Amino acid sequence: MSAPSVPYIRQTAGAGAARAAQRSRGHGSERRPGWVTYSLLTLAILVFASPIYYAFLLASSDAATIAQNPIPSLIPQSNFLENAGKVLASDINFWKALTNSVIVAVITSVSVVLFSTLAGFSFAKLRFRGRTGLLLFVIATTAVPTQLGIVPLFIVMAELGWLGKLIAVIVPGLVTAFGVFWMTQYLESALPYELIEAARVDGASMIRTFWSIALPAARPAAVMLGLFAFVGSWTNFFWPFIVLGSTNPTLPVALQLLQASYFKDMSLIMSGVVLSAIPLLILFVVAGRQLVAGIMAGAVKG
Amino acid sequence: MATSTTQPRAGRQLPDSPRPPRRVGFSQTLGRWDVKVSPYLYISPFFLLFGLTGLFPLAYTAYVSVYDWHLLGGQGDFAGFSNFAFVFQEPNFWKGLRNTFSIFLLSTIPQLMVAVVLAAVLDANLRAKTFWRMGVLVPYVVAPVAVSLIFGKIFADQSGLANSLLGVIGIDPIKWHGAVLPSHIAVATMVNFRWTGYNTLILLAAMQAVPRELYEAAVIDGASRLRQFFSVTIPQIRPTVIFVVITSTIGGLQIFDEPRLFDQLGQGGPGRQWMTVTMYIYELGFGNQKSFGRAAAVAWVLFLIILAVGMLNFWLTRRIASDATPKEARRKKVKR
Repeated sequence: MSAPSVPYIRQTAGAGAARAAQRSRGHGSERRPGWVTYSLLTLAILVFASPIYYAFLLASSDAATIAQNPIPSLIPQSNFLENAGKVLASDINFWKALTNSVIVAVITSVSVVLFSTLAGFSFAKLRFRGRTGLLLFVIATTAVPTQLGIVPLFIVMAELGWLGKLIAVIVPGLVTAFGVFWMTQYLESALPYELIEAARVDGASMIRTFWSIALPAARPAAVMLGLFAFVGSWTNFFWPFIVLGSTNPTLPVALQLLQASYFKDMSLIMSGVVLSAIPLLILFVVAGRQLVAGIMAGAVKG
Repeated sequence: MATSTTQPRAGRQLPDSPRPPRRVGFSQTLGRWDVKVSPYLYISPFFLLFGLTGLFPLAYTAYVSVYDWHLLGGQGDFAGFSNFAFVFQEPNFWKGLRNTFSIFLLSTIPQLMVAVVLAAVLDANLRAKTFWRMGVLVPYVVAPVAVSLIFGKIFADQSGLANSLLGVIGIDPIKWHGAVLPSHIAVATMVNFRWTGYNTLILLAAMQAVPRELYEAAVIDGASRLRQFFSVTIPQIRPTVIFVVITSTIGGLQIFDEPRLFDQLGQGGPGRQWMTVTMYIYELGFGNQKSFGRAAAVAWVLFLIILAVGMLNFWLTRRIASDATPKEARRKKVKR
């Protein structure tokens, strides 16, 4: 129909002709882009990275210098450790906030992965009455702004006596509709029926089949989902801020307290910002690849 | 498929089975029960927890909104629509609505445009692909609270980075906190900072799924790179654009973290110039008034607004995007 494909040209007319054909095609997938593309991307990444670097510049300076000049220096100064020490020793309870954030993020991401995979396995691979309707319901609820239910949620938490306790943040984060949808999508294509049948023939119960067949098959998607749940929990502010209060904060809540009590010393606030960002930046270095893959995989299917 | 084949297979296995037949009979009954109940059992944790912590509170908000209900006093008398009537005559409610929409538009539209361009740039046969993709995603792992603290300093009215940079090119200092529109731009910048890269990757994935033959055909028809972008890429990634617009609508209209921490008082400025609806909900329910009824009324109104705007978005994006496709098809027919 259209021009012959590049591999076809390579076979029939030789490598030189193939290369020429490739060059002539505007959007050939093999063509390397020029320096303009790379400069644009470098610029974009500099724009994205500079606020973070700027926070570190301020964190390594001191209040007096910052007051004189918004750009204290382009090279980090030596005060970061001292500032960080002050933040850690301050009355905002930074260590407690860090521990709380770790506890909440770990529990909720493990739970989201487990329950989403369980439900995803059921939706993707098991037949039962009402399956299509319930799955549609899950998909529809991914778009529901549940954050707007805070008033009744707060009333319920107060009734249960959970105000100020971590459990009040953990329980609403245990499942997400997105997670169920995500694992259903993945398992539909990644888990062959033959494997399930083989396990059933060998006499495995349903839960055994889930545990030793579905869960291992779900691993790549489960890792991504876990990462997103972790980042989501770590950066969550609105609900913890309402329900936890200042005595038992998570990191974002502690940052708000830091801002409220030390607003005169920008170097301290920025030290808190940097300290709270370090764990996720490390996670990003280790697992950024999975985050990128996860976002891109979610887009094609969603 | 798995469930329907279980029984006969178990039967077929019988001769090889070392177990006595009686036990197989029992496990068969158990197995049938297992097959019937397990699917529901596995989806139940999600439905139970999501129902209790997500859907029920949202629905119950409507109930709370028609009562006199206070943080300390608890449920009071039935109030009808007086909570709604109260907030509708409050200037702060309308200010919040105005600010929310203004910030939403200032963040969604430029963000989407930059993300589409960046995605198109990334949709090339780059060296070190993963590096560039990770590079645009860095802001995503910085918490909105931290982003707000950083940009609060960048957009400080006195001795802020933005103003001193503007000073270099001879522009007078802008009241990033003091004035209405500049404060909206500042808050929108935070949102854009954190989400542009994320949406870029979503759009990039969609662009990579566009069949390359379409571009080859466009080249043969003599389309320039720019023309290919507008006539092939954009119509092809339409569903993803709808998806991105709707997600940012749902998130953007509920914005709280960034404006809350834009200054240390968290009121949205002395004239409430950057107070959003969600901040107003917080203030009504947990601030000075401690009126859950009024907070719930505003939350319910915002819910309906999000629903309406989401549907409007869906309709608009579909219309705009599907206008492009038939024209394209018609033009091709004429050519042949």
